[in-house]
Amino acid sequence: MSPLPPAAVGTIAGVAVLLGVIGLVTYVTLLERKFAARMQSRVGPYRVGPHGLLQPIADAIKLMMKEDIVPREADKTVFNLAPVIFLIPCLLIFATIPFAPGLGIADLNIGILFFLAVSSMEIVGLFMAGWSSNNKYALLSAMRAVNQIISYDLPFLMAALIPVILAGSLKLGDIAAAQEGLWFIAYPVLGQLGFLAYIVASVAAENRVPFDILEAESELVAGFRVEYSGMKFALIQLGEYAHVLGTSFLGALLFLGAWAGPGPEWLGPVWFILKALLIFLLITWIRWSFIRIRVDQILQISWKLLWPASVILVIATAITVVVRSSNGG
Amino acid sequence: MVTVADVRTRVSSFAGAQVGEGDSPIAITIAPTDWLPLAVALRRELGFGFFSFMSAVDWKEDGLEVVAWVDNTDARLSVLMKTRLGVGVTNCASLVSEYRGANWMERECFDMFGIRFEGHPDLRRILLSDDWVGHPLLKSYDVDTPYPPYR
Amino acid sequence: MAAEISPRIKTELDYAGAERLTMNMGPQHPSAHGVFRAILTLEGETVVEVDAVIGYLHRCHEKLAETLAYVQYPSIASKTDYVAAMTSEHAYVMAAERIAKIDVPRRADYLRVLVAELQRVASHCLWLGTWCMDMGGALGGGATIFLYCIRERELVLDLFEKLTGARLLYGFHQVGGVRYDVPAGFAADCRQTIDLIEARLLEYEAMLEDNTFFLMRTRGVGVISRELAQEVGISGPLLRASGVDFDLRRDLPYSVYPDFQFKVPVETDGDCLARYTVRMVEFRESISIVRQILDGLPEGPISSRPGVKAVAQVRVPKGETYTRVEGPRGEVGCYLIADGGPRPYRMKWRGASFSNLAVLPFIIPGHSVADVVAIMGSVDPVFGEVDR
Repeated sequence: MSPLPPAAVGTIAGVAVLLGVIGLVTYVTLLERKFAARMQSRVGPYRVGPHGLLQPIADAIKLMMKEDIVPREADKTVFNLAPVIFLIPCLLIFATIPFAPGLGIADLNIGILFFLAVSSMEIVGLFMAGWSSNNKYALLSAMRAVNQIISYDLPFLMAALIPVILAGSLKLGDIAAAQEGLWFIAYPVLGQLGFLAYIVASVAAENRVPFDILEAESELVAGFRVEYSGMKFALIQLGEYAHVLGTSFLGALLFLGAWAGPGPEWLGPVWFILKALLIFLLITWIRWSFIRIRVDQILQISWKLLWPASVILVIATAITVVVRSSNGG
Repeated sequence: MVTVADVRTRVSSFAGAQVGEGDSPIAITIAPTDWLPLAVALRRELGFGFFSFMSAVDWKEDGLEVVAWVDNTDARLSVLMKTRLGVGVTNCASLVSEYRGANWMERECFDMFGIRFEGHPDLRRILLSDDWVGHPLLKSYDVDTPYPPYR
Repeated sequence: MAAEISPRIKTELDYAGAERLTMNMGPQHPSAHGVFRAILTLEGETVVEVDAVIGYLHRCHEKLAETLAYVQYPSIASKTDYVAAMTSEHAYVMAAERIAKIDVPRRADYLRVLVAELQRVASHCLWLGTWCMDMGGALGGGATIFLYCIRERELVLDLFEKLTGARLLYGFHQVGGVRYDVPAGFAADCRQTIDLIEARLLEYEAMLEDNTFFLMRTRGVGVISRELAQEVGISGPLLRASGVDFDLRRDLPYSVYPDFQFKVPVETDGDCLARYTVRMVEFRESISIVRQILDGLPEGPISSRPGVKAVAQVRVPKGETYTRVEGPRGEVGCYLIADGGPRPYRMKWRGASFSNLAVLPFIIPGHSVADVVAIMGSVDPVFGEVDR
């Protein structure tokens, strides 16, 4: 077998991951709908394909065939660019996640830093969408979004730092490898509280209920994406769900041991995906059980509760690691 | 606790007031000039703080009549205030300064009967669109009056 | 700063330099509870002024009633408060009966109270579901509670279908009595349904009352003071949540309500949480009244005027009256002036939601946009009643 140039390997890997992620994201919407339906004592999509399995495909085709409407007074360039700029960071975060030891597109030395920096870039696309729509609801929603995502990215970062400190490396592959003996979530107190902080911060940073004040359909009628239809709307939906899935993958890697699991080694990525879906279902479960809270209450929770708590947790983790290493030699 | 006798005594001090026989409600017919003073007396002295509704009746040749219903929730008493505006008269004093609920009720009377309430802060149509012509609940307004279709 | 703001978004700068945004909520809006337009003037996220525009559903029932006979109108009366249709029909036929001094058989009165209380349960189910959906989102936790509540409401509507043949707008009341008698097996079905609903109420309370998010959204929001409540004329659960102990069924009783024992809940806070608490207690009290009725339903005819077919058969002599009924939203009243013919001379609907909605311009300023939705849901307007 002639070795392929690294650029070709990289491209093939990138395309493979991209298609895999898009496929997974599409079917994750079906999973959410079925899960939510069962919670509401109904069945969910049932007719399209056996047990609704072709529903996401039908939705994708429908969205592609819809008319693309651009409001007359909207800022056309920004309006058309916004979904793309929103989608790119949401897909880019999958570049740093290793799906098995050594199997990832780019297991960077600063992996987690790259992940967090890029994932918060989505807010640029979000604000572009809200501003250019020439719609007061969209503008209000975009302003709330900037507030909220920035406020919650900080505790999110802090909560993600806890496994970093415990593993001693920013590289995602190393963090996953450090959990071979004991998953970070199983660490006494620190692990559980860290996981809790991570889940809350990620639900809020992704604008999921109960923190989805910026899409609050009952007030803002879909918020920043109110003027989008057709394929652009599909891109925004894709970006949102990809972001949720991305943070679920990161959570599974940081706290749930990534590919660690019983059985042979090639089963590792399967376990990884299952753990990520578990976190996704946890977020979905929260979404379909709670009502949302007001934006000022959301910001209060972030700055007065979650941020100090996560800082304290990081400091405690650091102290624990130093004490443990000085004791263990 | 306010009693029916208290109400009758107080109302009899208004010249030209006629009080009906029954106790629930106590029906008081009063001259238009005493409309607001009666409301003041009922609310501030007799504790009739609950404003139920206000409306109007078109008695054709006898003119318009404005009615209002107020309650004393503690004493469980009800008063029906009525006043005949007189033939051809479409002005009446506004009760908004006493009962804030009269705001929308008087706007509805204006909308439906054309009665202008003096002292109302914001007298405009409430149920019909602003460019509607005519006052529908007047007996002179035919049920089948055509109106332009909306776009 | 003003020059850099895009001119396409209309803003006003008042003399103090603070920026005010005029935003429209409705009439097409997922949480407007019907066709309702609120023109909000915002400073940032705080509402400074509310101009409530109604009248989108105005059909001029009052003019219509002057052209329809007493036997024709009760079916139309249900279209005012279409969520709780039995209430309006009851008020209208009671008004005609009171002026004409028509006696209603005891069985008919019991059936009227039975459907009134079942209607209260169904209406409160809808209130809870739509309120939580407004607060929680149609794709979120609110929708979950909405679907549970609608599931319960469907059971009650099934009972109504067995009784009258209709699910939403009934035509059940007639001048002189009621039109339909309970079919066989109705009492057992009814008992089963209300037992089930009572058990499910515990689930809703468990989901909501301990939920910090729910308490954060409703405590201290939309406080209506006692004086404001009485002056504006709001009634029903809103009035009782503001500390006024007044319930028409107990204090100015009509029909056969004196035969039943029930508690009237009163709360003093006047906020959304207080209105929620009052309605949850009312659920249980209505269920208890339904049980008392089913235990003691008397035999007899269901109408003192059976077989009325001709339009001009019911004539009400000269007189006037105002009948009031305690509906799920408050006091629904019918001010009727009769002139001896088969049609009323003047009929005015006192809609509970009309007065309840009039309180919005007084309590909303100072709250944020998200609270507007929570407050409107707790006020629970039905625009058939507001606009008539």
